Amino acid sequence: MRLTCDVVVIGAGMAGAACALYASRAGLDVVVVDRGPVAGGTTGAGEGNLLVSDKEPGPELELALLSGRLWTGLAGELGDRIEYEPKGGVVVAADPEGLAALERFAAGQRAAGVTAENVGADQLHELEPHLAPGLAGGVRYPQDAQVMPTLAAAHLVRASGARLSTGRTVTGVLRGASGAVRGVRTDHGEIHAPAVVNAAGTWGGEVAALAGVHLPVLPRRGFVLVTEPLPPRVRHKVYAADYVADVASDSATLQTSPVVEGTAAGPVLIGASRERVGFDRSFSLPPVRALAAGATRLFPFLSGVRAMRTYLGFRPYLPDRLPAIGPDPRVPGLLHACGHEGAGIGLATGTGQLIAQVLSGKSPELDLTPFRPERFGEETV
Amino acid sequence: MTDASRPETSPRLAVIGAGPAGLAATLAAARHGLRVTLVDAAPEAGGQFYRQPAAGLGARRPQALHHRWRDWERLRDGLDRHITAGLVVHLRDHHVWCVTRRRSGFTVHALLGPEQERPAEVRADAVLLATGGYEKVLPFPGWTLPGVVTAGGAQAMLKGGLVLPGRTAVVAGTGPLLLPVATGLAAAGAQVAALVDSADPRAFVRRSPALAAQPAKLAEGARHAARLLRHGVPTLVHHTVVEAHGDQRLEAATVAALDTAGRVRPDTRRRIGCDTLAVGHGMLPHTDLAEGLGCRIDGVAVHVDDEQRTDVPGVWAAGEATGVGGAVLALAEGHIAGRSAAARLSGREPDPRGWAGADRARAGLRRFAAAMDDAYAPPAHWAEQVTDDTVVCRCEEVTGGAVRRAVTELGAGDVRTVKLLTRAGMGWCQGRMCGTAVAGLAGCPETAARRPFARPVPLGVLARAGSADDEQ
Ligand SMILES: Cc1cc2nc3c(=O)[nH]c(=O)nc-3n(C[C@H](O)[C@H](O)[C@H](O)COP(=O)(O)OP(=O)(O)OC[C@H]3O[C@@H](n4cnc5c(N)ncnc54)[C@H](O)[C@@H]3O)c2cc1C
Ligand SMILES: Cc1cc2nc3c(=O)[nH]c(=O)nc-3n(C[C@H](O)[C@H](O)[C@H](O)COP(=O)(O)OP(=O)(O)OC[C@H]3O[C@@H](n4cnc5c(N)ncnc54)[C@H](O)[C@@H]3O)c2cc1C
Repeated sequence: MRLTCDVVVIGAGMAGAACALYASRAGLDVVVVDRGPVAGGTTGAGEGNLLVSDKEPGPELELALLSGRLWTGLAGELGDRIEYEPKGGVVVAADPEGLAALERFAAGQRAAGVTAENVGADQLHELEPHLAPGLAGGVRYPQDAQVMPTLAAAHLVRASGARLSTGRTVTGVLRGASGAVRGVRTDHGEIHAPAVVNAAGTWGGEVAALAGVHLPVLPRRGFVLVTEPLPPRVRHKVYAADYVADVASDSATLQTSPVVEGTAAGPVLIGASRERVGFDRSFSLPPVRALAAGATRLFPFLSGVRAMRTYLGFRPYLPDRLPAIGPDPRVPGLLHACGHEGAGIGLATGTGQLIAQVLSGKSPELDLTPFRPERFGEETV
Repeated sequence: MTDASRPETSPRLAVIGAGPAGLAATLAAARHGLRVTLVDAAPEAGGQFYRQPAAGLGARRPQALHHRWRDWERLRDGLDRHITAGLVVHLRDHHVWCVTRRRSGFTVHALLGPEQERPAEVRADAVLLATGGYEKVLPFPGWTLPGVVTAGGAQAMLKGGLVLPGRTAVVAGTGPLLLPVATGLAAAGAQVAALVDSADPRAFVRRSPALAAQPAKLAEGARHAARLLRHGVPTLVHHTVVEAHGDQRLEAATVAALDTAGRVRPDTRRRIGCDTLAVGHGMLPHTDLAEGLGCRIDGVAVHVDDEQRTDVPGVWAAGEATGVGGAVLALAEGHIAGRSAAARLSGREPDPRGWAGADRARAGLRRFAAAMDDAYAPPAHWAEQVTDDTVVCRCEEVTGGAVRRAVTELGAGDVRTVKLLTRAGMGWCQGRMCGTAVAGLAGCPETAARRPFARPVPLGVLARAGSADDEQ
């Protein structure tokens, strides 16, 4: 059998784009397939916060710190085109108890390598002049940054030089007599390769099932609000300390502590809600209303600013809220790079780097044990 | 809002849109037992077709700018009677940004005031969407020059503001609206240098049975055509505008004939001096509110059944929102929708025999509209005329070249991804103006965009919207 390439990456979202980039740079010949256009999945339906501030010490934070360094490197070549802005984050607390908890959390992060500066109530308005009065204080995180996700995915794929095949659906994973991967079957013919990367995001469970393995990726819906363009008034990514609890929550019910951020083009983005309601695409007022309420509490001037539109996406959620990254011992040649929940833009670069290291036979620079794809057992899908 | 004459318990229908469809629906529903709240963004009822000359401008004979003036008088008088009787409440200047479902019934969320900043919420047992359509305009080099207006914009200026937009006009594009616009301009004293339509006359011959079955419609067209002749307006069929010229504002337009494949024949290019160029390429349905409610959209129009019901229980739709076909079709659909809603909300199975006349009219006019739609198509290769430096999205100033690069270099394949990569459609109009053009340039089918907010809404309003509803 003639090989088409060294690696097939399924999914042209942020994760697939980063896998393609680092694998190509490791000297591999890569084909990226997507049933839709580039960034047509969750990547085109979310926001581009690259956050360390919301992560507690542990494997996800390590991945975020690695990813942050890689983003900084990429910013040198692609910065403007992907709208990279190292603007930093500011997390605020409304009352002294909240501030004490936030400062404890930040102290733990500091020990894990995060730069976190406590900000007194009197200094908050120097950082963010339009914040509501009366807040107890906050913490500034200079490592938080942002990109425009669709541009980032498109330009990473382009910079990789990988072949991009859009409008092409993977319908099967080909396996040889030994059970090892031989490539993929698509609605437009087969692609033959000794390695396949599942970067299908929220649909990663379905792709895993095509290879006969269980990976329980669930959709977690989020709404984002976009305002009319404004002169720059929100300088950092600003959010209230309860956001961290929302992100870490297991609950299926609605959580809506918003992150408020200005964008290069002028609109302010307010996002995002979190709820597990399956793939329900219909508009729902309660989450959007709660986002508006949260944002206007942080920045009262936003009351008179118009929301131009709202959109929604489905985060790829795994039950322990860690992504699946690395080779699948159940199917030799199959690797996973999906399930990043609400941090898949930020964590994409580190993910791509680790995948490329595995593909080229190097030992990955982070321990992949916490991310191992087989950790959810074998129950049938 | 309480009605004196009908029990508080009789069901309430909210009709959104006071054009022909919404007015016909309101009258039928009120006559058959419902209380109706009619909500419209405009200061007066009438919609696109019966657009009112603004009071105070002293139009002495508005009927000269309208035909079917008698239809309008009948609707307006009916509305006034029902309002006086307390069966209908007409909320003017109410811009609906969203309709939401409650456990039982609906909330219509509107904005009022000069800045559309004050909230108003209307609760009803059912809603009828009669939001009409908006004009489709395709870009060409020079189309952003001052002096280039939409055909409907020119018509609205005539009907609403009674301003003559310019002295020498060219009317161009495709579709049945161009005729009344050209005659309207001519009647108001403009010199119409040409009516340029890309439709191929042979297409009408091929579809003649469906067209011939609507003698009234044909007669309407013939009347307009006769008026064109009387005003000496030259008509160029199977022609298109290639470019608009001018320094600070429009000075001329280049037009050219099309070949059988729909491509411009370069040897036929010629320049026509003009200071107004009214362009239109037909209408697109307003589907935002329906989409937000989760109604099925077929292509670009709201899907309805024989009773004008959408697939969401309690939501009816009528008029151009469900497909474009002219004012008379909108009247028939509105009537049927109002009758169906009245019966169903009163717990009765409606008897379609009660609206047999409207049903027949609807069937014929829909066939007519479909035939017209096929015949009046933009040139097959219009996108080739859009140069790389032509601005396609005016709000965000995105050029044709940027859209093409998003597809060929960055892997976009649909309007949404082009938007995310280029910002085309992210501005104030949210892609209403450029959606068709972007789809054409990207080579993908046009679909209804998702816009859960039909209007921009202040965050302070949004932060409280419908909060009372959830407590029920
Ligand atoms: C509202 C919201 C806000 C967010 N905000 C942030 C944020 O600020 N920062 C952050 O880091 N993250 C954020 N996220 C999360 C982030 O968007 C996701 O984690 C990330 O986009 C996932 O990228 P992905 O490449 O794994 O998946 P996707 O972008 O979904 O890509 C998967 C691709 O696989 C393709 N595919 C699936 N099945 C097949 C098949 N059978 N054949 C071919 N192709 C297939 C799909 O078409 C899709 O394009 C947010 C998410 C949401 C919804
Ligand atoms: C220039 C021009 C010339 C025409 N000439 C002819 C002709 O000669 N013969 C013919 O048969 N037809 C003609 N038409 C078409 C005719 O006007 C339409 O077919 C008819 O008006 C459709 O009726 P409707 O009730 O569906 O919508 P419309 O008349 O468009 O009414 C819709 C109403 O809904 C309101 N609305 C929409 N969205 C909202 C919202 N979010 N909140 C509040 N209110 C809202 C609008 O304010 C409007 O009043 C012409 C149209 C134009 C533009």
